Amino acid sequence: MKDFRVTPIRNGTVIDHIDCGMALKVLRIIGVTGENVRSTVSVLMHVPSKKAGWKDVVKVEDRELDPREVDKISLISPRATINIIRDFNVAEKYRVKLPEVVRGIVRCGNPNCITNLAEPVESEFIVESQNPSVLRCIYCDRILEDISEHII
Amino acid sequence: MSDFKGSDVVSIRDLSKGRIEQVLALSEKMIPYARGEKSTKALDGRILANLFFEPSTRTRLSFESAMVRLGGRVIDVAYPAMTSVAKGETLADTIRMVESYSDVIVLRHPHEGAARLAAHFSTKPVINAGDGAGQHPTQTLLDLFTIRREKGKIEGMHIVMVGDLKYGRTAHSLAEALSLLGAELTFVAPQNLQMPRETVKEVERLGIKPKLASKIDDAIPQADVLYVTRIQRERFPDPSEYLKVAGSYRIDKNLLREAKKDLIVMHPLPRIDEIAPEVDNTPHARYFQQAFNGVPVRMAILLLVLGAEANEGF
Ligand SMILES: Nc1ncnc2c1ncn2[C@@H]1O[C@H](COP(=O)(O)OP(=O)(O)OP(=O)(O)O)[C@@H](O)[C@H]1O
Ligand SMILES: [Mg+2]
Ligand SMILES: [Zn+2]
Repeated sequence: MKDFRVTPIRNGTVIDHIDCGMALKVLRIIGVTGENVRSTVSVLMHVPSKKAGWKDVVKVEDRELDPREVDKISLISPRATINIIRDFNVAEKYRVKLPEVVRGIVRCGNPNCITNLAEPVESEFIVESQNPSVLRCIYCDRILEDISEHII
Repeated sequence: MSDFKGSDVVSIRDLSKGRIEQVLALSEKMIPYARGEKSTKALDGRILANLFFEPSTRTRLSFESAMVRLGGRVIDVAYPAMTSVAKGETLADTIRMVESYSDVIVLRHPHEGAARLAAHFSTKPVINAGDGAGQHPTQTLLDLFTIRREKGKIEGMHIVMVGDLKYGRTAHSLAEALSLLGAELTFVAPQNLQMPRETVKEVERLGIKPKLASKIDDAIPQADVLYVTRIQRERFPDPSEYLKVAGSYRIDKNLLREAKKDLIVMHPLPRIDEIAPEVDNTPHARYFQQAFNGVPVRMAILLLVLGAEANEGF
C-alpha cells in the first residue's frame, strides 16, 4: 500500500502538480468553496514534488471534472495533471492543456472593454503563450493581467 | 487581393502590407475627386451609416464627405446615446438594426472592442472610427498616406514621434504600421510617457531598431518626418510639472532651425500648444494637409470594402 498523507479515495479525481499556492484557486474553480459541497475534498499544500520543487494537490471524491473546469485549471496551473481514480487506482491520467482560444471562462480585465457591458457575447482571448499563460482579448486587444483573479 | 470586398476595418493589424499599399495607392487616385475637381458616381445608390456614440466632428464629417464625393449617401444615427442606448439596447441589437438600412457602417464608440463586436454581428462591413482608447485604423492610414504623398515613399524615411507615446493607442498603431513598411523610428517622450515595451518589442519583431530618447533637440537634425502628439495635462498630478514637460516638447521655429529643409511636421489635430502657430507658415507644416487627406483615404477604403474600386476604372 502506498504511503498517503490522506486516506485513499475509492472514486474521484486527484488534481496533481498544481502550481504551489494555487490550490485554493483550484477549489474555487471546481466550486467547493460554497456551502453546497457534497463530496469530500482534501487539499495538500506545499508538498515536495518528485519532479521539481513544490506543488499543491487537490483530491475530490465521487466527482469528475467537466472540460470547462479543466480549461480554467490550465490557466492558473499549466502543468497540473488530472488523475481519475476508480476503485482506488489511477484509471486515467492526463495533463491539462490550454486551448488556443479561451472562450467564456475568464472576464477581460479592462473595465472599459465592450465585453464587460451587457452585450450578448462571450469573452474571447487568443493564447499568445502557454507557460506562463499570456492571454490577449480579441475585442479590446489588451493582455489580461492577473488571470486567476478574472476566472468566471 | 480582390477579397477586400466585404472586409471589416477594425484594427490596422487586420491589414496586410499588401492591403495597406493597395489603400495608399487608391487614395492617391482619389485626390482630385476629394477636391471636387473630378466627380464620380462609383458608389451611386449605396448608403453609409454613420454611427457615432461619441462626438467627433472631424472624423464623422470626413467620412460623410468621402461617401458623398463618391456619389453615395449617408444616414446619421443621430445621438444614439440619447435614443436606443438610453433605452438599454445593446450595441449588438443596434448594429443588427442599422445594418438593415445601410451598406457599410462607420462606428465610433467609447468602449474598447466595440468595433470588433459590431463586426461580429454585422454582415455589412464595419469601419472602426475609434473605439475608446483603442484602435483608429483610418487615422493610421491617413498618416501613412500623408508621409507617402509628401516624401514619395515610407521605406527608409526617418520618422521621429514625439509627445505622449504611452497612452495614445494611435501612436502605437502608427509605430507598428511604419515598421511594417520599413521606416526608421525614433521615439521622443518624457520617461513616464515613453512608448510601451510591448510596442517596442513589436516594432523590433518587424525588423526595425527604434531609438528612444527624452530630448527633442538631438532628434531633429536626422528627421524626415516629425510626428507630434499631445501631452495631456491629466497625466501629471503636479500642474507645474506638466507645464515644464509640455514646454520642453513644444515645436517652434527656433527648434526647427537644425531641421532638414524638407522635414515635414505632422499632428493628428486638434493641437493645443504642442506646435507654435508660427510653424504654420513654414514649409514644414503639413497638419492641415494631413487632415484633408482623411477624405481621399476614406474614399479609398469605402471603395475597397464595397468592392467598387473597379467600377470606374480608378
Ligand atoms: N486512491 C487514491 N487516493 C488518493 N490519491 C491517490 C490515489 N491514487 C493515486 N493518488 C494520487 O494521485 C496522484 C497520481 O498518482 P500516481 O500513482 O499516478 O503517481 P505518480 O506516478 O507520481 O504520478 P505523476 O507522474 O503524475 O506524478 C498522486 O498524487 C497520488 O498520491
Ligand atoms: Mg508524482
Ligand atoms: Zn477586452
